[in-house]
Amino acid sequence: MTYLAKPKLRHPELPVNKLGYTRRDYEGSVSTLCAGCGHDSISAAIIQACFELDLPPHRIAKLSGIGCSSKTPTYFLGHSHGFNSVHGRMPSVLTGANLANRDLLYLGVSGDGDSASIGLGQFAHCIRRGVNMVYIVENNGVYGLTKGQFSATADRGSKSKRGAVNSDSSIDLVSMALQLGATFVGRSFSGDKAQLVPLIKGAILHKGAAFMDVISPCVAFNNHLGSTKSFDYVREHNEAVNRLDVMTPRAEITADYAPGALETVIQHDGSAVRLRKIAADYDPHNRIAAMTYLQERASAGEVVTGLLYVDSDPSDLHDSLNTVGEPLNVLGEAELCPGPAALEKLNASLR
Amino acid sequence: MPQPIARVNDFVVKFANVNGSGSASANQLFAKSILRMGVPCTPRNIFPSNIQGLPTWYEVRVSEAGHLGARGGVDMFVAMNPQTWDKDVAEIEPGGYLFYDSSKPMPKSKFRDDVNIIGVPLTEICNQTYSDPRQRQLFKNIMYLGSLSALLDMDVAAIETLIGEQFQGKDKLIAPNVKALHLGRDWTLKNLACPLGIKLQRSDKVGDRIFLEGNSAAALGAVYGGATMCAWYPITPSSSLAEAFSRHCRKFRTAPDGKARHAIIQAEDELASIGMVIGAGWNGARAFTATSGPGISLMQEFIGLAYFAEIPAVIFNVQRAGPSTGMPTRTQQCDVMSCAYASHGDTKHVLLFPEDPRECFEMGALSFDLADRLQTPIFVLLDLDIGMNERLCAPLSWDAKRRFDRGKVMTYEELEAGKEFGRYLDVDGDGIPYRTLPGTHPTRGSFFTRGTSRDRYARYTEEGGAYQDNMQRLLKKFETAKKLVPAPVKRPAKQATKFGVLYYGSTAPAMSEALDQLEADGMHLDAMRVRGFPFSDEIVDFVRAHEHVFVVEQNRDGQLRALLTVEGNIDPAKLVAVLHYDGTPITARFIRGSIGKRLAGANVTPLRKVVS
Ligand SMILES: Cc1ncc(C[n+]2csc(CCOP(=O)(O)OP(=O)(O)O)c2C)c(N)n1
Ligand code: SF4
Ligand SMILES: [Mg+2]
Repeated sequence: MTYLAKPKLRHPELPVNKLGYTRRDYEGSVSTLCAGCGHDSISAAIIQACFELDLPPHRIAKLSGIGCSSKTPTYFLGHSHGFNSVHGRMPSVLTGANLANRDLLYLGVSGDGDSASIGLGQFAHCIRRGVNMVYIVENNGVYGLTKGQFSATADRGSKSKRGAVNSDSSIDLVSMALQLGATFVGRSFSGDKAQLVPLIKGAILHKGAAFMDVISPCVAFNNHLGSTKSFDYVREHNEAVNRLDVMTPRAEITADYAPGALETVIQHDGSAVRLRKIAADYDPHNRIAAMTYLQERASAGEVVTGLLYVDSDPSDLHDSLNTVGEPLNVLGEAELCPGPAALEKLNASLR
Repeated sequence: MPQPIARVNDFVVKFANVNGSGSASANQLFAKSILRMGVPCTPRNIFPSNIQGLPTWYEVRVSEAGHLGARGGVDMFVAMNPQTWDKDVAEIEPGGYLFYDSSKPMPKSKFRDDVNIIGVPLTEICNQTYSDPRQRQLFKNIMYLGSLSALLDMDVAAIETLIGEQFQGKDKLIAPNVKALHLGRDWTLKNLACPLGIKLQRSDKVGDRIFLEGNSAAALGAVYGGATMCAWYPITPSSSLAEAFSRHCRKFRTAPDGKARHAIIQAEDELASIGMVIGAGWNGARAFTATSGPGISLMQEFIGLAYFAEIPAVIFNVQRAGPSTGMPTRTQQCDVMSCAYASHGDTKHVLLFPEDPRECFEMGALSFDLADRLQTPIFVLLDLDIGMNERLCAPLSWDAKRRFDRGKVMTYEELEAGKEFGRYLDVDGDGIPYRTLPGTHPTRGSFFTRGTSRDRYARYTEEGGAYQDNMQRLLKKFETAKKLVPAPVKRPAKQATKFGVLYYGSTAPAMSEALDQLEADGMHLDAMRVRGFPFSDEIVDFVRAHEHVFVVEQNRDGQLRALLTVEGNIDPAKLVAVLHYDGTPITARFIRGSIGKRLAGANVTPLRKVVS
């Protein structure tokens, strides 16, 4: 397998965004994943979200671990720097990158094996530190790349393709993210682009630890009867609590929904996220209630999706560390090196 | 009874204390006041991996001649810990001195009749003077210092000045401490014959030298070297390096508006520490971690990634005795191999070996230039002996004109001008390619960093030719590193000799003392201190130029020697291992004994047997 460059033919009538880029400018090289893999749909949604938000692609850094899911950053945002790190350790690499330059947008892509098995610790600590990022887990309940072993998000009682029954309890990353203090938490389904794209946009606009669990069926190893991560199963059990619209600051807010069912959440940068409620009693600003709701619905066999929690006044790791406004990676000798005079003083104090 | 030891400015005093009893500051005052008298001395902490209650020792070697290595043997024991009494008393040289708290009577069998007994009723005086139990404990420490000042003829004004400096800002505490000092001193002057045979005399041998810990110096090197990100996980003996960095940063890296020009993360483990360092290095910030052997073991996978994907990173490894948890509070040079070849697959890494705090500072700063220049992890190998002990060393210096070497980073302007960019393309023939930082240019210079194989343009490939091409270039880069690491330091013998000796790191002071002694014994060796890996040609030539070369190390397996045979293509028979690895710092006595034994007599036969 080698790298496949995508032919750069630009159709004259392709729509352009405010930066003059077409959707194609946000694409990467041709995917080498299995045809129909859920992960490819998530890549497409990321491309769509970045295009619609008029993001300059080179100001995005995409980082991942190891797995089919972690390969996907090659397949979107070809003008962004990417980093395919080691298995389960994307969160630490992203944290370090973020500390070095707070001005870029950090997009972490991971798998359920990557984040819930080998990397559970790093996932947890990165969330609890409040790293400003979009952290997407492409969750298929299996290790795709190593050919279909159960991952830690596989539900107890679900069946592998070969018929083995999973006897271990599953890890719900969304519940964990809520408990660990993520300030934006969403769940979606790779097969529901209408829900997924706005959620990714909301996560991108959020200044803080934004976590997204995206169920993403593995057509090769986990799309059969008895799997709880198959296309059919998720479609049948998907319980969306709300729908999102994301607007930039200048976009007008039109009230085309029934009053009471619509809420506008202003993000840190002034942009507006518009929420259309589906479950009338669901309040995405109440962390505790969200956790309870998720537990209840999960035990009823439902997969709750939508914007599950958002803190409209989040803070991030840079706030906690009180770091300077300029990126640390542009500071030079003048700011960083105390010079010979300070050293002389220090010498004098050490005699 | 042998003659009481009588030596001026040349003896070893060892304190036995109970951990957590507050003795550390009194003991430090003892060492510092000797330095203030112009007499070189070297303290060493010997402590357990425990917080409170277990024994600790503080050994101070006083040496007008300036020998800073451990000597071995004790001339005076200040035995303040009943738990370790028997063992402590047994360590005293015949004719030496035993200082103890005589408040409670001790059976005669607890003493030796070949050492001089000095009893001072410390507890009794203390209890008469103070009622608060904590005060009794703390002032007892200062009191024995007062007593020693009389016995060893120390400059009491120097001690008082130091107390004043120590409690600056907490001025209330100065007078009571000075009072306790005099309580001990006055009692001793009145009741005992002062001074003893071992004593101090003002001198001028300290000069402008400074006194600090290697860990603190290395952290300061990181500040001067421009490090802005530190991620670490606590582990003895490296924690104080990260803590010192944090202290130095508060002082030197706070912007006028109070904001921090640095980021320090106490990570969840060493995997996360090195991951963060790599993330920051990839993104153009100078970053480091501080750890010890077990942390290095955990970091292996990531280190290979940084090597293969060519990401700058600095790792301070303050070595302690392994394997496994080993002796966590004892010193060794036992991670030379595990760092040189860290990670799976064919890897090799740049190592630096500082000898003292001054070099910890210099190499600490240099490591960041090397990491950026070579785009690879750089290991600075300290050990507990230099990391966690205060050591006399030359003052630190910095050239005002010095600039960071940020290595080959392609700029926006260069990309815009159409300069060819291939992330793994060797344009200059030194094996070092250009990199770009994320966010530099809207359409040029982006690439994908990965641990899988790739071609010169960072495109994923499993094609064998492209893989080998890249691996060969990495070797070429390592060749370039030879000229960039600090050159070895040579000390030629007074007369031509076919014998040489190689050594590195904290062995240096013991080695130079041993060389003096061997020379006085008529045994001449050319000596070379190795300061970096990959080994420069000079080191290999040195070995070639001698018939036999001793390699002195503080580990069991002769790790540097093995590295020399492999990387320098040297016949192992030429290299005679001299190994000290019981967890105590190596001594001149040991080196002189081991090498002297082999060189004794005219017909020196090469011994392959290892002395340990
Ligand atoms: C240290 C280490 N152990 C094991 C592997 C092998 N491995 C590669 S991907 C993977 C599982 C990936 O699963 P997941 O994150 O769910 O990604 P998916 O392929 O399902 O998208 C494993 C075990 C590895 N790369 N590194
Ligand atoms: S194995 Fe599964 S996860 Fe991997 S590419 Fe194929 S469908 Fe996707
Ligand atoms: Mg998976």
